[in-house]
Amino acid sequence: MIEPLIEVLRFTFMRNALMAGVLVSIACGIIGTFVVIKRIVFISGGIAHAAYGGIGLGYFLKLNPVLGAVVFSVAAALGMGAVQRKTRQRADTIIGVMWAIGMATGIIFVDLTEGYKADLMSYLFGSILAVPSSDLLIMLLLDLVIVALVVLFYKELLAVSFDETFATVENVPVDAIYLILMCLIGLTVVMMMRVVGLIMVIALLTMPAAISGQFVKHMKTMMALASILGVVFTTTGLWLSYLLNLTSGATIILVSGAAYLLSLAAKPLIRKLD
Amino acid sequence: MSTEATDTQREVISVQHLWATYDSEPVLEDINLSVGEFDFIGLIGPNGGGKTTLLKVLLGLLPPTRGQVCVVGKPVKEARRYIGYVPQSVQFDRDFPISVWDVARMGRLGRRRLLQRYTAADDQVVADALRSANMLDLRDRPIGALSGGQRQRVYIARALATEPKILLLDEPMAGVDPQVSASIYELLRQLNEHITILLVSHDMSAISSHVKTVGCLNRRLFYHGGKQITPDMLETAYRCPIDLIAHGVPHRVFSEHTYQEMHP
Repeated sequence: MIEPLIEVLRFTFMRNALMAGVLVSIACGIIGTFVVIKRIVFISGGIAHAAYGGIGLGYFLKLNPVLGAVVFSVAAALGMGAVQRKTRQRADTIIGVMWAIGMATGIIFVDLTEGYKADLMSYLFGSILAVPSSDLLIMLLLDLVIVALVVLFYKELLAVSFDETFATVENVPVDAIYLILMCLIGLTVVMMMRVVGLIMVIALLTMPAAISGQFVKHMKTMMALASILGVVFTTTGLWLSYLLNLTSGATIILVSGAAYLLSLAAKPLIRKLD
Repeated sequence: MSTEATDTQREVISVQHLWATYDSEPVLEDINLSVGEFDFIGLIGPNGGGKTTLLKVLLGLLPPTRGQVCVVGKPVKEARRYIGYVPQSVQFDRDFPISVWDVARMGRLGRRRLLQRYTAADDQVVADALRSANMLDLRDRPIGALSGGQRQRVYIARALATEPKILLLDEPMAGVDPQVSASIYELLRQLNEHITILLVSHDMSAISSHVKTVGCLNRRLFYHGGKQITPDMLETAYRCPIDLIAHGVPHRVFSEHTYQEMHP
């Protein structure tokens, strides 16, 4: 069983896929931790789907769809973040509406585009096996940006996540920090679309962090463990999908999901041992 | 400590003819309050009576619709660096991955700009704050593993880490059992030797004898710098006071005399 796994490493596409898994997992572990502790999973799902509008626009204008996705995703992140903070009632309704409008806009733009839309499905369901080396470079850059911003604003991000009111009283620029966080979520979401597709983005964003949060009680270690778990899940999922000839994105999600359910079951047992 | 002393004290909070609305509902009406240095004031009032709103105005989180508010002679947004705020801890996420130490250290945020790291001096202040709140031993504990009283102490330590002149506490005894709340009051009494304290609560029995002066807040403020809540203050504040007093059985807030009058 091991031999074919090593065998397949001869292929660039497999090496790139594994690399993409690692790079995405780093962003996922860090940003997913914020998403989980700040309870904005729903917003992240909204951002991912709204990003489809940008993909449609990219096709329509004959630009790189990923570029369109970045623009839409960051715009949606800022819009939804503002709605979440400024409207006192029914923020979830407005976010749900933005989610749907973004998605619908994308579909209409694709309709309006002439010709064959080859890899449209890859944005919905992911295409980790088709990541070119140039995308790996973009992912690496995004990782560096995310790590740098989180390191630079760590104390503010922690304070805003834990207690916004107190952070405001301490004159932390809470709105600006929150919007930076939303932008980071937007960028992470675009990165992840390559791997698992926008439909399953929230699963990979939240599950490693959620598992990690059950076992460690410091934000930094939660991020580190979530990133490591992400690497384990994407790698395992990739091998399995290769061996069993299954869709890679979905396999990665199912591996993470199984681990999440196991962790829920294991938690009471571990408590007893303590 | 009494009203006469207040006149010669330095005024640290001055509220004049303050009106505030929340969701376009008037919550505070014509509030006048003067807090002198080293006062220890407890304000009671029903839920929705504007207690938290008053604190928010003092912290510059909610602009008043009318009136003047000054803290240490400055406008509130400038002055909030002199205030240590202990918020209500009801909406609290037990799973949040943060240690006691990291929570308390947030008190130093106001002293450090963006991109600046905490210094060794900050750590010293945080350690002192945790020590005076009796929580230094649990510094590495995750906040979710603490009891209600311990958590309250951590929030007080966080407020102390701001090196405040004034402490504002919102329902500090909510969800804390009586013995523990007595020990927290003892802590506040010690802190009061060099810090002015203003606390609000809906629970009359929580305003204990440690408080130097008491008032009632229900849209309007009834505060005369006195040690006791008089029946007419309550009657005007609550409008139907008798039941509340019977349940509250507040010790010592009421004079013997008053207490007997209420329970013939």
